[in-house]
Amino acid sequence: MADLKQRIDEATGTSTVGHEWDGIEELDTPMPRWWLWTFYATIVWGLAYVVLYPAWPLVNSATEGVLGWSSRGDLEKEMAADAKRRAPTVRAIAATAIADLPAKPELMQAAVQGGGAAFRVHCVQCHGAGGAGVKNLYPSLTDDDWLWGGDLSAIEYTVTHGIRNPDHKATRTSLMPAFGRDGILDAAQIGDVVSFVRMISGQERPGASSARGATLFADNCAVCHGAGGEGGRQFGAPKLTDAIWLYGGDRDSLTATVNQPRNGVMPRWNNRLDPVTIKMLSAYVYSLGGGEKGLAPASGGAVEGRGAVGQP
Amino acid sequence: MDGLVTKAGGWLGLTLLALVMAALAVDAPFAVHMVIVALACLAMLWATVTRADYSGLARGILKMPADQGVYDDDPIRWGVIATLFWGVAGMAAGLFIALQLAFPALNLNLEYTTFGRLRPLHTSAVIFAFGGNALIATSYYVVQRTCRARLAFPTLARFVFWGYQLFIVLAATGYLMGVTAAKEYAEPEWYVDLWLTIVWVAYLVVFVGTIVKRREPHIYVANWFYLSFIVTIAMLHIVNNLSMPASIFGSKSYAAFAGVQDALTQWWYGHNAVGFFLTAGFLAMMYYFVPKQAERPVYSYRLSIIHFWSLIFLYIWAGPHHLHYTALPDWAQTLGMVFSVILWMPSWGGMINGLMTLNGAWDKIRTDPIIRMMVMALAFYGMSTFEGPMMSIKWVNSMSHYTDWTIGHVHSGALGWNGMITFAAVYYLVPRLWGRERLYSLRMVNWHFWLATVGIVFYAASMWVAGIMQGLMWREYGADGYLVYSFVESVAAMHPMYLIRAAGGAMYLAGFLIMVFNVWATLSGRVRAEKPMTETPYNAAADRPLAPVPAE
Repeated sequence: MADLKQRIDEATGTSTVGHEWDGIEELDTPMPRWWLWTFYATIVWGLAYVVLYPAWPLVNSATEGVLGWSSRGDLEKEMAADAKRRAPTVRAIAATAIADLPAKPELMQAAVQGGGAAFRVHCVQCHGAGGAGVKNLYPSLTDDDWLWGGDLSAIEYTVTHGIRNPDHKATRTSLMPAFGRDGILDAAQIGDVVSFVRMISGQERPGASSARGATLFADNCAVCHGAGGEGGRQFGAPKLTDAIWLYGGDRDSLTATVNQPRNGVMPRWNNRLDPVTIKMLSAYVYSLGGGEKGLAPASGGAVEGRGAVGQP
Repeated sequence: MDGLVTKAGGWLGLTLLALVMAALAVDAPFAVHMVIVALACLAMLWATVTRADYSGLARGILKMPADQGVYDDDPIRWGVIATLFWGVAGMAAGLFIALQLAFPALNLNLEYTTFGRLRPLHTSAVIFAFGGNALIATSYYVVQRTCRARLAFPTLARFVFWGYQLFIVLAATGYLMGVTAAKEYAEPEWYVDLWLTIVWVAYLVVFVGTIVKRREPHIYVANWFYLSFIVTIAMLHIVNNLSMPASIFGSKSYAAFAGVQDALTQWWYGHNAVGFFLTAGFLAMMYYFVPKQAERPVYSYRLSIIHFWSLIFLYIWAGPHHLHYTALPDWAQTLGMVFSVILWMPSWGGMINGLMTLNGAWDKIRTDPIIRMMVMALAFYGMSTFEGPMMSIKWVNSMSHYTDWTIGHVHSGALGWNGMITFAAVYYLVPRLWGRERLYSLRMVNWHFWLATVGIVFYAASMWVAGIMQGLMWREYGADGYLVYSFVESVAAMHPMYLIRAAGGAMYLAGFLIMVFNVWATLSGRVRAEKPMTETPYNAAADRPLAPVPAE
């Protein structure tokens, strides 16, 4: 057994403890005072903190702390204060028919702000942070090309009830047939229809194929898309004569669409958001650039009922 | 001969058992894992048969006992190589997922290479494979030297090494195949957990056995830290992984705890994995290698006692700070925060003891790149252990939580403290373990030091900026009282920070690759002709266990 071999370390003038392991010795330096006092200070602070705040578990609950603070209480207080601050605006928006909002610029401004916040939480996942949509997936909300109508009331209806939302009667709905998959048209006929669509959208010159396609279009497509392909908002049928294509306007994309359309779905929000938030959301979407002036609602129930809202 | 037949038969039996399990598996990953286990058993069978001393057996002579006059260093040599191997794998995976965050296309549209599967691969590879192998290897080295005794149970010590590698392979391949218990840093499923438990208990037995047969009157402080690390990790691992397998032939299990209780158990585990694996274990390394490399006595024996006991007492309570502002009851959050703040000074005790050990040898920072690494490691240790308590304060946490600040914090600790101290220890060990005069190149160590240091600075600084930016963007309200930014806008704003972070990580990895080359060249016996830096003397005569003294 090695005895303690204390010695004075030359470099520091401190005594060693006397142990030695594999050449490693230890100095008998006292603990640094600042270290010790800071340690004590944190302990004292800790003792005070656990008296002030909820800390000690008991049998069925815990000590509540003399300050009476709780994280849920804190949140409720903040939420209540904010709700109180916003209450006049919210009440005013609730009391105003959506079509009348633009007539009250301050209220409209507040609605656009609130709607923007809701949009950034609930809508950006599909429609993008700026509402520009995602190519081949989700429509842009920043242009004036609307599938189901772009005035305030129409937008509000779409946001409220969604598009092709399952298990919801009032949802906007329509179903473009899968012309190719279900054998309604054969491949040559689909090629002709596509030629016609590309002709009316100004992408191809008229020819024999588009001429044959014109008849097929009149028989199969015009009922929704309109005789001239001008679109039909009561069915969410897009305009086919412009340069805006949700799922692509080249020949391959159009063939794929006619063959098996997507019939895109948007969730309804009336089971998740309150009517004022939906109204604000609609005002925000309306403000993105493509908002249309709508007809003043004939009655309060104008936005109820079927998918069609009487758009031209 | 009978013994050999029994052993070989046992390995064959285990191989067949694993194959039967593979055949009965209810999911593909479990089958793959059982095949891996069968291959491991076959490898053992092959080793048993080919390595047997047949002539000795024929003559009925027992195997010659190993030379009791030298330390049992074989598993340490393997451990050093495994540390470097897994280090390359883990850090490369880290760089890749950092680039995935900047360029999502790098997910490659393949389930095996998605961020979700590669991220646990990275964290487990660097913490448990790189760090774990370093801890096991250095603990074997340190406990022998500071006890002046050979490893107890040499066969078990080898089992620990190979068993641990099997654990790593099973865990890593499981992550890639989507096998996960969905617990951060405890992702392996039930059968891998059971295997690790066996390996870990064997590790404890080897370590405690060696301490018991020590030839020194006292237990050195490094061994206290190693022991606290081994014991606590065993406890944490078992409790957090309590679960019920859905099938004994399948890879899926369900945790024993539910809801917020599961979350609390998980973060009690998660935070103490940091506390006892990455702090206590690596402090043990520090307590041996810093005084050895500096050739100075440890600064303060008293400080080491007080900071050891206060550290291990306080750490175990700090986990709830990972669950601030969640469903966890307020009282538990309070205690998590209070213990974390009080933990500040006990953590710094290790830094003080490490840095001040250089008293009388400060000039070595100028001349010795290994000392330089140790000092940088301790500096980052001190910074992270200040940052940690600060981030556990609810007021700070309400902004920092869920942001990349946390990632920056973890990496300043992991890259700065764990990485640097491991590099220093490996540089110390390699010439001694392989009997080389010195490392191939000390100047390359210097290059490694600077690449790693600058890399960490890029990494930590970009993540601080990123984290604080995220935290502020998420909570910014406009004049009308509504949130200003959507989440995706904060993601887009991160892109430049992610690029800087990846650049920092690439530098760190580059430094590590220089190290791997340096060690490889040292092992192959080469010495680079270069202007000398400092040399730490090595006394071969003193580097051996004390021979047992016969009783008088």
